[in-house]
Amino acid sequence: MAERIMMKGNEAFAEGAIKAGCHFFFGYPITPQNEIPEYMSRRMPEVGGTFIQAESEVSAINMVYGAGGAGARAMTSSSSPGVSLKQEGISYIAAAEVPCVIVNVARGGPGLGGLTPSQADYFQAVKGGGHGDYHMVVFAPASVQEIIDLMYEAFVTADKYRTPVMVLADGLLGQMMEPVVLRDWEDLQIPEKPWATTGMVSGKPQSVINSLGLAPEELENLNLRLQKKYRTIEENGVRYEEDGVEDAELIIVAYGTSARVSKSAIAKARAEGKKVGLFRPITLWPFPSKRLAELAEAGKRFMAVEMSAGQMIEDVKLAVNGKTEVEFYGRYNGAIPSVTEVYQAIIKSFDNREVQK
Amino acid sequence: MKQVFGYPESLQTRPNHYCPGCTHGIIHRLVAEAIDELQVREKAIAVAPVGCAVLAYNYFNCDAQQAAHGRAPAVATGIKRALPDRIVFTYQGDGDLASIGMAEIVHAANRGENITVIFVNNAIYGMTGGQMAPTTLPGQKTTTSPYGRDTATTGYPIQVCEMLSTLKAPAFIARVSVHDPKNVLKAKEAIKKAFEYQVNGKGFTLVEVLSTCPTNWGMTPVEALKWLENNMIPAFPLGTFRSLEEVSK
Repeated sequence: MAERIMMKGNEAFAEGAIKAGCHFFFGYPITPQNEIPEYMSRRMPEVGGTFIQAESEVSAINMVYGAGGAGARAMTSSSSPGVSLKQEGISYIAAAEVPCVIVNVARGGPGLGGLTPSQADYFQAVKGGGHGDYHMVVFAPASVQEIIDLMYEAFVTADKYRTPVMVLADGLLGQMMEPVVLRDWEDLQIPEKPWATTGMVSGKPQSVINSLGLAPEELENLNLRLQKKYRTIEENGVRYEEDGVEDAELIIVAYGTSARVSKSAIAKARAEGKKVGLFRPITLWPFPSKRLAELAEAGKRFMAVEMSAGQMIEDVKLAVNGKTEVEFYGRYNGAIPSVTEVYQAIIKSFDNREVQK
Repeated sequence: MKQVFGYPESLQTRPNHYCPGCTHGIIHRLVAEAIDELQVREKAIAVAPVGCAVLAYNYFNCDAQQAAHGRAPAVATGIKRALPDRIVFTYQGDGDLASIGMAEIVHAANRGENITVIFVNNAIYGMTGGQMAPTTLPGQKTTTSPYGRDTATTGYPIQVCEMLSTLKAPAFIARVSVHDPKNVLKAKEAIKKAFEYQVNGKGFTLVEVLSTCPTNWGMTPVEALKWLENNMIPAFPLGTFRSLEEVSK
């Protein structure tokens, strides 16, 4: 039976992965996600799994490549500067179509940055990060419960599409505690993986996990296949949450911690009669562009609230495509906007509108 | 009629892309023979490097993963941990293993990963066109050391076997050469022993094979074999640096 317990976000990433049937964790210490490898080092032996503290982020992601390529559910976790180091491996993994999960509990940057929460890794997560034409599915949880649920989704999605999946959170989500229900998933059957390198036992044809395509047409065919897969994911994999958008004049678009802060700010503004709603992307790639376009068509205005200098706002603008206004409120790299700040930004937006009228 | 010689089953029968006189072909064959003789081909999983042997998955007749430059030991670690009863080996060159992949090889060795590493040292970057390698000899001319390797600014050839032998975990470390038939036979013996260690779960094994690169050395194949014997062996002495069996004797 599912029990309700208090759990820290970082522990939820780890336990969520184990509940999703992941028995292989490869990682390297970096704040603010250290509870993930620590938890894994304790739990993996209990479930007969493998924990390796790798010599580097680079090695960790390549161990994931090896284990994932051999058919296992495997993952790594890190934080911003460490995730930068993993980009080489992620590009290879995407090209070789190896299912796996990468957790980024992001902190402020650029460079060594700071230890405080940030959403400034959006571009890196959704626009590639590594070299070449590839995408990975990016989930953005906004609560500890959602971390657990999305870790399961992440592994299922990775296997379904043979793709790397990132679960992108910020340090606040990693560090906070909330009550959660630990579900035992009914469908824990890991799908057959005839492509995996498990050995040519009993006449199985040779499996090769590879991203090299020396002949131009060979490489183009790989890319055509990848793009086709990405279109399928865009068609079927978009997830978002809406709250009060139907009658809203202004829609706040925010994910993760920013969405939580925005929710409180919206409630405050609503209490004063401001018609404002929340649109929370749960998948950052594929981005819920279609739905945002519909809302823009219906005349809604938008405001992106982010803990960055404005990254997701570019995807919002692409979706809105100039039909209505898209404003921005953000705190940069390490600072979390307060409810009052976002509330004031909402009020200011409505006031400016009055003046224009 | 009794067959006395043929293609090892662990080699695919397609022609390879290696330059005339290059010894990769011999080393591929030795690895394949060892796998055949130990009857582990169906369990074998190769990890190909970046470099001349990047297409090794086209030549070995077993499952394979192609790794990013230098990362083969980390990839092999992931495979072996996921499938502990499989026989996992990497096949890496000197730039791949001793330069960009130095961290991965040292730590895989130090963890005692139960994998086999075939380290092909020809003192030069082959695939990229003959640049200086970490194992390039002092004074050796390459496309990025056109005046000869200057030890004052680029250091000395890295002796991988000696270095890894300072670690406690590795089970078998040996350096062999393939410049003449006698040494080819010795190389075969060492490679087979390394795989045998892995089959028996003894831990990390590495065989460094001194190899030629006639194309980038600017020599005929015969000159290259002589050059290896006269120049590389003094810099990289042949022998067994670690053998758990011998330690326990």
